Amino acid sequence: MIARFLLQNMDRRGAVFLALVAAIMLLVPLSNLLLPPSSVFHVPTSAMSLWGKYLCFALLAISLDLVWGYCGILSLGHGAFFALGGYAMGMYLMRQIGSRGVYGNPILPDFMVFLNWKELPWYWYGFDSFLFAMLMVLLVPGLLAFVFGWFAFRSRVTGVYLSIITQALTYALLLAFFRNDMGFGGNNGLTDFKDILGFSVQAQTTRAALFAITCLMLMAGFLIARGIVVSKLGKVVIAIRDAESRTRFLGYRVDRFKLFVFTVSACMAGVAGALYVPQVGIINPSEFAPANSIETVIWVAIGGRGTLVGAALGAVVVNYAKTIFTSGFMAPYWLFALGGLFVFVTLFMPKGILGAVQGWSAGRGRRGREPAATAPAAAE
Amino acid sequence: MNTAISTAAPASQQLTSALLYLDGVSVSFDGFKAIRGLSLTIEPGEMRAIIGPNGAGKTTMMDIITGKTRPDTGTVLFAGSIDLTKLDEAAIANLGIGRKFQKPTVFDFHSIEDNILLALKANRSVGRTLFWKTANADARRIDEILGIIKLGDARERLAGSLSHGQKQWLEIGMLLAQDPKLLLVDEPAAGMTDGETAETAVLLKEIARDHSVIVVEHDMGFIRELGVKVTVLHEGSVLAEGPLDLVSANERVVEVYLGR
Repeated sequence: MIARFLLQNMDRRGAVFLALVAAIMLLVPLSNLLLPPSSVFHVPTSAMSLWGKYLCFALLAISLDLVWGYCGILSLGHGAFFALGGYAMGMYLMRQIGSRGVYGNPILPDFMVFLNWKELPWYWYGFDSFLFAMLMVLLVPGLLAFVFGWFAFRSRVTGVYLSIITQALTYALLLAFFRNDMGFGGNNGLTDFKDILGFSVQAQTTRAALFAITCLMLMAGFLIARGIVVSKLGKVVIAIRDAESRTRFLGYRVDRFKLFVFTVSACMAGVAGALYVPQVGIINPSEFAPANSIETVIWVAIGGRGTLVGAALGAVVVNYAKTIFTSGFMAPYWLFALGGLFVFVTLFMPKGILGAVQGWSAGRGRRGREPAATAPAAAE
Repeated sequence: MNTAISTAAPASQQLTSALLYLDGVSVSFDGFKAIRGLSLTIEPGEMRAIIGPNGAGKTTMMDIITGKTRPDTGTVLFAGSIDLTKLDEAAIANLGIGRKFQKPTVFDFHSIEDNILLALKANRSVGRTLFWKTANADARRIDEILGIIKLGDARERLAGSLSHGQKQWLEIGMLLAQDPKLLLVDEPAAGMTDGETAETAVLLKEIARDHSVIVVEHDMGFIRELGVKVTVLHEGSVLAEGPLDLVSANERVVEVYLGR
């Protein structure tokens, strides 16, 4: 039943996307591990980790597109769920350091020893277990989204007001995690990771495995999000986006539908954050910065809102551009470039890169495709 | 959905035989009394036309019945015993009260077929909706409704591309798909050609055979074609009630409509 749910009405765009990610998942780690560094097809480990980071952002973008593109909930705080997933992973990785820290304390992470703490705070319990930590990666962002959404959606907070309180949410978490006495490493966050499941996080093979797992999770996230949006629930969610009160008069409890997609989306963002942390080697409060969440919205808008694939594409394109522009002589102008890109896309490609590409291919004499965000009707 | 009524009804006493019972309902917005002491009963199977000048409270009355607005005072009972003032929009819709808006509101980015599918009577829970599979009976019902509203050939088209009149019909189709016990239809003939208006009257009469219907309309010709009991609202309460000829002969009604 799950397979049928995930694969129902698979269109060509989705299939191409999955095939592409699957190919990257196999080829990049293999070329990194098997080909000699002198080969032109060799992917250096640093580049692999960099692209692994982009793919984490792609998963985050898909999660945001699910709520914004399809349900019309413009969350300006999705970075919070990403960061919470990241912190859950970071706490596991901290506990794996054991007595190899600078202070050699077998239980307490270095920053707690430094703060003169005598014992582990209760909320760090259990994070030495990988399974528990993975559960928290899903549960903490999911629960926060559920509680937040419960109040917001039941009180019918919508539009710009909702965007503002999501922004406030991530900002509040930013301030909280900055505090040393919160017990999450304050300003410096969590870093100096050593092992993950007994494998060194620095090892080339571990990096390759992390990259492959990121690809796998990106595919899984895409399949889940796609399964949701092409289902009847997806149609309800689009209906809510376009005519919320009409949907209510049809007998749908709008708040529950919103809560469902918002919570699923937050869990997905948490997974993205958890995969991000071991690949970049650090998680700190700056991940909660409101600007990060807003940037995620820009990725989705640039790639093509309400298409899922476009969101992933936008995340990779913008972050690749960011890597290029922030190194070298262009560095001081990155934000201008990003702003310019956003303005350009908004003005000339209102449906994002994907929408524009589809428009061009439809314009070359081929039959017009369905516009974005409309799933083909169930053919059963 | 049906079960909600059948389980709720025996629990409390049947207070009235009417399907819809409004008594002494008042509501005010910022001191302005939109509805004052409105009383109205609709019997099962009845079709009722409601007329009244602008600002008479027609739309506010519909808002109260469908749970969008809470009355300050008064009783609103459905099926004899269910207090509608305590329920929200979704619960009321699931009880079997469907509403068509004055401005046709359809889901522009869904196909015509999907608009009907979304309205189709079914379990509205998140889980059931997520794993929904259109059964043959559902598909047949959708075909049937598309036939009734004459949009069968356009089923794949996006609802946003329809003309105004077609949107009105699609919305009536969505009401049919909901299969409510009571239909509230707000100005179904607004913006329609004479031909379309006549066809809409036929369609509504057909629907009224096995549903209770409240029609709010300005178009007297349309009301005449429906040939049903008429309630005239004025300044938030009932001014006159009866057959159209009788009502339109009423001096007060003429005065309200034509000014003195």
